Amino acid sequence: MPIVPFLIVFPLIVSVLMFVIRVNKVRNFFAYISAVIIMVSAGALTVQWGMQGFKPMLLTYNAEVVDHVILAAEIILMILVTVLSFKYKKYWVSLLSILPTALIAYFELLGPALPEGGQIYVDHLSILMCLIVGVIGGLIVVYAVGYMHGYHHHHTEFEDRRYYFFALLFAFLSAMFGFVLSENLLWIDFFWEMTSICSFLLIGYTKTPEAINNCFRALWMNLLGGCALAVGIVYYGYNAGVVSLHGLVEMAQNGDKLAVIPVALIAFAALTKAAQLPFSTWLIGAMVAPTPSSALLHSATMVKAGIYVLFRLAPAMTGTTTGMMIALIGGFTFLVTSIMAIAQSDGKKVLAFSTISNLGLMVACAGVGTEETIWAGVFLMMFHAISKSLLFQDVGATENALHSRDIEDMHGLLYILPRLAIFMFIGIAGMFLAPFGMLISKWAALKASIDERNIILVFFICFGSATTSFYWTKWMGKIISASHLREKTFKDITKKNEVISLTIHAIMMIALCVSFPWISRVYVTPLIAEMFGAGENVLPDAILYTLIVVIVLVFAVPFFAYLYSKHAKVNMKLSYMNGINTGDNRKFVDAMGEEKTLWLSNYYMHKVIGSRKLMVPSQIFTVAVLLIMLSMIIGGVLV
Amino acid sequence: MKLGITFVLLYIVLAPFIGGFLEGLDRKISARMQRRVGPPVLQPFYDVKKLLNKQTITVSTSQMFLLITYLVLMVLTGALFFYGADLLMCFFVMSTAATFLYFAAVVTSSPYSSAGAQRELIQMMAYEPAVLLTCVGFYLAAGSFNVADIAGSKISNIAYLPGFFVAFVFILTIKMRKSPFDTSASHHMHQELVKGLTTEMGSRNLAIFQITEWYENVFLMGVVGLFIINSNIYSIIAAVVVILLVYFLEVLIDNSSARMKWQQMLKITWAVTLLAAGVNLIILMVVR
Amino acid sequence: MANIKRSPWLLHYDGSSCNGCDIEVLAALTPVYDAERLGVVNTGDPMQADIFLITGGINEQNKDVVKQIYDQMPRPKVVVAVGVCACTGGVFKDCYNILGGADTVIPVDIYVPGCAARPQAIIDGVVQAVELFQQRLDEHHEQMKKEA
Repeated sequence: MPIVPFLIVFPLIVSVLMFVIRVNKVRNFFAYISAVIIMVSAGALTVQWGMQGFKPMLLTYNAEVVDHVILAAEIILMILVTVLSFKYKKYWVSLLSILPTALIAYFELLGPALPEGGQIYVDHLSILMCLIVGVIGGLIVVYAVGYMHGYHHHHTEFEDRRYYFFALLFAFLSAMFGFVLSENLLWIDFFWEMTSICSFLLIGYTKTPEAINNCFRALWMNLLGGCALAVGIVYYGYNAGVVSLHGLVEMAQNGDKLAVIPVALIAFAALTKAAQLPFSTWLIGAMVAPTPSSALLHSATMVKAGIYVLFRLAPAMTGTTTGMMIALIGGFTFLVTSIMAIAQSDGKKVLAFSTISNLGLMVACAGVGTEETIWAGVFLMMFHAISKSLLFQDVGATENALHSRDIEDMHGLLYILPRLAIFMFIGIAGMFLAPFGMLISKWAALKASIDERNIILVFFICFGSATTSFYWTKWMGKIISASHLREKTFKDITKKNEVISLTIHAIMMIALCVSFPWISRVYVTPLIAEMFGAGENVLPDAILYTLIVVIVLVFAVPFFAYLYSKHAKVNMKLSYMNGINTGDNRKFVDAMGEEKTLWLSNYYMHKVIGSRKLMVPSQIFTVAVLLIMLSMIIGGVLV
Repeated sequence: MKLGITFVLLYIVLAPFIGGFLEGLDRKISARMQRRVGPPVLQPFYDVKKLLNKQTITVSTSQMFLLITYLVLMVLTGALFFYGADLLMCFFVMSTAATFLYFAAVVTSSPYSSAGAQRELIQMMAYEPAVLLTCVGFYLAAGSFNVADIAGSKISNIAYLPGFFVAFVFILTIKMRKSPFDTSASHHMHQELVKGLTTEMGSRNLAIFQITEWYENVFLMGVVGLFIINSNIYSIIAAVVVILLVYFLEVLIDNSSARMKWQQMLKITWAVTLLAAGVNLIILMVVR
Repeated sequence: MANIKRSPWLLHYDGSSCNGCDIEVLAALTPVYDAERLGVVNTGDPMQADIFLITGGINEQNKDVVKQIYDQMPRPKVVVAVGVCACTGGVFKDCYNILGGADTVIPVDIYVPGCAARPQAIIDGVVQAVELFQQRLDEHHEQMKKEA
């Protein structure tokens, strides 16, 4: 299938093109075209693969040349990192890049000769990832064109390097496609490093001291994961003589002791990429970057790379210590970061924390590693990708219009910027309300963790879902509240392309919600079957019917209730303020007989549960858990 | 199937009457505890009838639509439960319904109703773990989330789930808006929050809210009964007795305790959930 | 005709009362008198109230408050002035800041005299208010019928 290399190489070419073209209009035009081409070819890949019967396929290419190209590229990336870390006086970070690259290079050039094998693997999971990356990534590029225009219009203090920004976006898309389609672990390692470095460069886009600081934090954390990945791969390669991902999983499933350490190390690497505790801080720091990159990298796609790897490894982790470690870290992250999210009022921060939290749930699902949890995890991933991308873009657009992304300032957004508020509402609903998929995934995750007798995870899910609904409901309530008295009027200055992207996201969100029993049957169940051999239908019929009833009612009831109440005769009254409402529900008479403006605020409890209080203890805890369990795993094999 | 639909129809028709009657009993018993004569047992019905006959008023036009959604979703919750469907789904739908109540309260941007709504959210956060854990307990004890299967167990599930029962009855105080946990709606007169999240609900809107509460209470009492009920038909009598006892206990607690701050409520509820349900869960996981 | 007599919900507002009448209003809810046996509930919320119980005279500061609270109550509604101050202004009538009884700002239906008004009198006033409450609803229904 020539479309596979096309998907990887084409964005790379576009990336170079973006860097070269310095005329905004021309570049924007090419960006649109390329985004569409990427979306179409991701779809074409799906169709082409589907025509061949939805069977997993291993593709082989003339590897010798490609392998060398990749090695060379990896070395170039290493040099780039080294130069940058010396430039910004973070010398030690370069070590994290030099060491694994040297290790990989040594292994590839001087290590054992590896047999010829397939490098690309196409199956349900990788196609799903391709669709997520292609469609959502493409839409984000479309959105970014409009957004970056406004961004540089407002932030004149930053140098306009849009050519660089778009080049990175496309390079990142290429890396992502390569990552999810690769079977060869050496390729995976290269694309892994590439996503890390793209993210690093994008976070540092504005070059403010804060951005520099945060981007290096992201870099070292991701590179640390890269180190673990490289060590795991080389260990596996030396001992097994092959570097195939599926080979590794099969080996682990057969109970081969050799596979234990690589699986643990690769899973550890995935934790860093998925921003699990103790590595969560890089993702929160990444919010300094312009919104499209937050949307693309830090919620919708890049962090999903970690999840993707864990899903791949899931059958290998079922019932092992590694699986327990991953489930524990994931569940803990789910609970703690959702508590931290309560204390945030910055919209983007809430999104960041909730991203980490939701990733935690997916990680926990992968760690438990049964059919049901993976089923739940895959749905969580789909819902999360769409709704987070939607929310990030929407918060970005709202910020451009409102000049603030504080949730408190979004009071009555429905009346100020109705269009953006509705998109935001749909996005948030997708994150936690019945019948959107999050709930049913939680249902499956809970059921599976009881079946696996994983008590701790049961607790994490029960308490975590309570805290999750708290911050989301709080935010939704803010949007629909009758608006405060504002001194300024706000204009919806969202660009047309931003609206297009948002609309498509919202439609996808609702379509996914409505059609998800169908998707489960047609796509996700085969995915599980592929992964675990025989796969049964996770969603029992009884639940399915219940769900359909709920879906129909939850959409129909508000609609009819709205129609009914619209025609009901009502008498408007002033809201109750002890009789001192001045007449418009927004002001009252104070003790001195003067008018005061009413200002309502949500509970944040930041003194009790702020991230400052909770972050360090939970990091210490998770570091301890990781150290103990990793040494248990490695020691268990070596001794 | 037929039995399930009969139950659903019975629930939809009878629940408001049972709920209203229970509330009437509640008011009568409370009055007697305070050495008063108290209102007639049918008082709640008189109240709702009056509310429905008054002029329809509102502060925000969308409030009624949100409240109707709240009502219908709550009816759906109970209907799913009495049909014998998945218990966890019931509670998910219930939390969605509760979200709509929150919306109905904040949509007005009124200070009292918003403050009450914030506290309602905290209440939701306080009771949700116990509710989900109760489902987990049932699943472990009966091997299924299906209410029909749970109700058809050989022995009453409370034999395995005493801790869960304690936790559930504990959070029932929050769900039924009883003192010491009635932080959001403050049904006792003259409090700092006026009427909490129902402050801006008058006449018809308040009637809808009231009827929804009845539906909800009947559903919650159904869950209490689920702890007791088993395949033996006479267990229904035992379940009814236990339900009445639990209801009486709630009234007693209501009348004998002062209101707590939300911080205390959250801490105590989570502690009780962790201790009672948690210990029970650990033992149950080992045993079954 | 719907019978709504059994559920009179009160809103008790303290104008510039000396608190004598307020105590007596609350006394009407205590076990000795127990107004709740008539279905009386003392709500603090005008949106939910049927009978506006006002004690004390109206002064410059609270005239708007009383008016607004009265407006917030849904119809049908009845106003009961409890105590001589709420009826006429009482001993405070000639104070520089007192406008007079409650009827200076809102239409008062039932006057309950006394200084302070006795609980029996207050309950009696409420019972009369309830009759009026029902009568207003009936009138409203009849009018609706005529229009239709």
